[in-house]
Amino acid sequence: MITAQPKIGLFVTCLVDLFRPTVGFSALKLLEEAGCTVEVPVQTCCGQPAYNTGDRATARTLAQQVITAFESFDYVVAPSGSCAGMIKCHYPSLFEINSGWRVRAEQLSTKTFELTSFLTDVLGLEQANVDYAGTVTYHDSCSGLRELGVKTQPRRLLGTVAGLELREMEESEVCCGFGGTFCVKYPELSNRMVSDKVAHILATGADTLLAGDLGCLLNIAGKLQRDGVAIKVRHVAEVLAGLTGVPAVGEAEGGE
Amino acid sequence: MQATSLAFKRNAIAALNNPVLQKALNNIKIGFVRKRAAAVAKLPEFGLLRDAGRDLRNHVLDHLDFYLERFEAQVIESGGQVHWARDAAEANQIVLDICRSVNARLVTKGKSMVSEEIGLNDFLEANGIRPVETDLGEYIIQLRHEQPSHIIAPAVHLNREQVADAFQAHHAPYGFTERHEEPRALLDEARQVLRQQFLQADVGITGANFCVAETGSTVIVTNEGNGDLTQTLPRVHIALASIEKVVPTLEDVSLLLRLLARSATGQELSVYTTFSTGPRHPADVDGPEQFHVVLLDNGRSSMIGGEFQDMLRCIRCAACLNHCPVYSAIGGHAYGWVYPGPMGSVLTPQLIGIEVAGQLPNASTFCGRCEEVCPVQIPLPKLMRHWREREFERHLTPMPTRFGLGVWAFFAKRPKLYRRAASFAAWALRRLAGGAGRIKRLPLAKGWTAWRDLPAPPGRTFQQQWAARREQRP
Amino acid sequence: MNEAREQVLATIRRGLKRGPLEGTRRAELEARLAQPPRHLIPARGQGSPSERVALFIKMAEYALATLDRVTDEQAIPAAVAAFLARENLPTEVVMAPDAALAGLPWESQPLLKIERRAAQDGDKVSITPAFAGIAETGTLLLRSGQDGPTTLNFLPDTHIVLLPAGRIVGSYEDGWDLLRAAGEAMPRTVNYITGPSRSGDIEQTMQLGAHGPLRLHIVVVAVN
Ligand code: SF4
Repeated sequence: MITAQPKIGLFVTCLVDLFRPTVGFSALKLLEEAGCTVEVPVQTCCGQPAYNTGDRATARTLAQQVITAFESFDYVVAPSGSCAGMIKCHYPSLFEINSGWRVRAEQLSTKTFELTSFLTDVLGLEQANVDYAGTVTYHDSCSGLRELGVKTQPRRLLGTVAGLELREMEESEVCCGFGGTFCVKYPELSNRMVSDKVAHILATGADTLLAGDLGCLLNIAGKLQRDGVAIKVRHVAEVLAGLTGVPAVGEAEGGE
Repeated sequence: MQATSLAFKRNAIAALNNPVLQKALNNIKIGFVRKRAAAVAKLPEFGLLRDAGRDLRNHVLDHLDFYLERFEAQVIESGGQVHWARDAAEANQIVLDICRSVNARLVTKGKSMVSEEIGLNDFLEANGIRPVETDLGEYIIQLRHEQPSHIIAPAVHLNREQVADAFQAHHAPYGFTERHEEPRALLDEARQVLRQQFLQADVGITGANFCVAETGSTVIVTNEGNGDLTQTLPRVHIALASIEKVVPTLEDVSLLLRLLARSATGQELSVYTTFSTGPRHPADVDGPEQFHVVLLDNGRSSMIGGEFQDMLRCIRCAACLNHCPVYSAIGGHAYGWVYPGPMGSVLTPQLIGIEVAGQLPNASTFCGRCEEVCPVQIPLPKLMRHWREREFERHLTPMPTRFGLGVWAFFAKRPKLYRRAASFAAWALRRLAGGAGRIKRLPLAKGWTAWRDLPAPPGRTFQQQWAARREQRP
Repeated sequence: MNEAREQVLATIRRGLKRGPLEGTRRAELEARLAQPPRHLIPARGQGSPSERVALFIKMAEYALATLDRVTDEQAIPAAVAAFLARENLPTEVVMAPDAALAGLPWESQPLLKIERRAAQDGDKVSITPAFAGIAETGTLLLRSGQDGPTTLNFLPDTHIVLLPAGRIVGSYEDGWDLLRAAGEAMPRTVNYITGPSRSGDIEQTMQLGAHGPLRLHIVVVAVN
């Protein structure tokens, strides 16, 4: 089992840092309330943009940066399936088998987790002591779902939020079309995918969309707003931590 | 065939704006995706069978030379002939020579992606031999002078009116002058027209889903029965197979059959699975007098031992196409060559060159749904990423992408500088948004804001706020 | 084209970083071919003989075949005639030139006009024996030979297949073992048939009777 007060290195992610600090603070709050000591080591980005563009050298440099900054912690936790997946599933493959860096990457891999799965699977959290008055629908972001098996964890926790009703959408497991640089390299395709996603969200009649990855959330929120649809978009951590006082993603300051 | 993969983006946009195509693509979800899910749910062992399927295909590839030689020996032993072709030109010539040796004029064909790959129909026609496709979907697109848009449902991009048009334009000589649009009537008409071709053909050409080393058999899997009429009625049967199709034993085929139909159409098993071994036996009352197998390499042997070897596990079930959100949005023609969807995005650059097909492995979000459904667990996203790496190494990555990445990397490697740049960006974006919370137009991010708003940051980065907090609570 | 053959094999071996297989590794592969190991076989087909028959019937119906059961071989001709009458089908039938089939009391059904040969254009109904049935998916295993023309399985609109219940096995592998035990060389053609011919190529709407038979009717012969 885990030590009394595990020391967590919070990997904030570059998107949260820039676009949605609340998600970082939500993660912090949830982890601290669950009895962890949390620190925020020096960090920039996990390196996915380089990795997925085929630039292994840059990806490797950034991986080394993350490994060095985080390897002294008991756990690395990120409020993102995509970044956690990068560290957990891809970092080792950036280094030669049996090299020193490979071993360090593999060690880091074993202790890296996506936030909701860390809270439930590792810390055994069963109850979110908050409320949220709303009908929500949940989008499964691809890396979290398929690389890390995040599916039931956020739903289990959301199920304990007072006042919250979860309504599943059709095809919640289909990509929203964000895909990192994909969304600007192939905007028409990306638009088509996010349009389909929005249609499924609307069909549920939910007033809030939640997901565990900010990339997807920015994409979906941007599309909803362009279409003039007033559905609130939030990271699941905000709801679980009860930090829903700030405007939703892309919402006007002071509410709409 | 002339590849148009370079124009992928243009093709894709045209496809998105083609309402007929969009309606047709919608059928895939009902026709394939849901049926697959139901079939998989009915077989509790499916997950373990996928593991076994992956392992078996790896075993074959690791001993491909041995199994190919054994397969060849067994074909010869059972009275057939094996021909090796390094490339499309050699394969076409082999087929033509066989056809000429029996003075063939009319050739019927079962569905074969290898035949599409080598452009066999055009070649035969140019040499005075008439090839007739007999799979209904292939037949329709042959009449329309099109390529298949899907590896198991070649005409999935068409609607019934388009099929009716094609039949009306071509079936008058067979006595069909009335136009029908009902699928039943269209099928009956095609059945009658093609029946005559089956009976008159001199040579029947099929593909091969598997080649069995133990017995020297080729295996085809169909639902219509056209492949069987193709290979049973004419005097000569030619099976086209790419070299990786070899499988050791009938037990091994049994394993792959359990995966194939469920993954492809959601059937428990396709209607017809046929094992063909040599020509007819002396006492047989029907069947072909000659049996030829053409083994095509066309660049596959050089994938062995390399980073793309895993792709050769593919059993062409099309599950990766059906489940791909990009394929579902644009269909197969946009990919610009024979093999579309995720499997094509990996295979096509190998077969026609990354310089021509470089767009394909880039047009993916790496959502991973293809790998999730692949019955032999090919890591398609990883293999697409390998192509991107090759492009990057060879400086084929487009300049704007390379430049943008370079600027970003410069900062990302320098945390202090990065923090300042991020703080500036947060401030600037917030200002652009005013209090609206989002930005409607951002010249540098046109790709984004052409279609959606950009949610704006609140003004200060997490790191800034975190630093401020830490000062407050030391 | 031997040059092509050598080049392909050489490229493969270069990729595998070895020469032609020899020694123990080769012997292992030879042994694997001589005694093919089975992979995981789904549990569903592994029940008792009567469960297998029930599963076969269920799966064949799922694949849209129609089925009849008779408990006595002698009743087959009557069952066939009744099926044709029920479905309003022609009574001219083409039958596989199979000795066991010929031994049945067809003369008891004077309306049936029977020819024993391979199929020809225009044939409407065929009758063939099955070599085996595979319960797992309701699949028939038919083989070509002097008594089993393959064309009968594909050209006529209606294909009637006679299947002794005792030849219903659980899995494809069991079917191959049965064929191997028959001791003959591999027939030119082995057909697995699972339901009648169909196509979904026009707008993904499934239609029966694409190029092969529109109807597949199986008579399961369960002798008590
Ligand atoms: S890559 Fe996998 S899913 Fe795609 S066609 Fe091949 S076997 Fe099927």
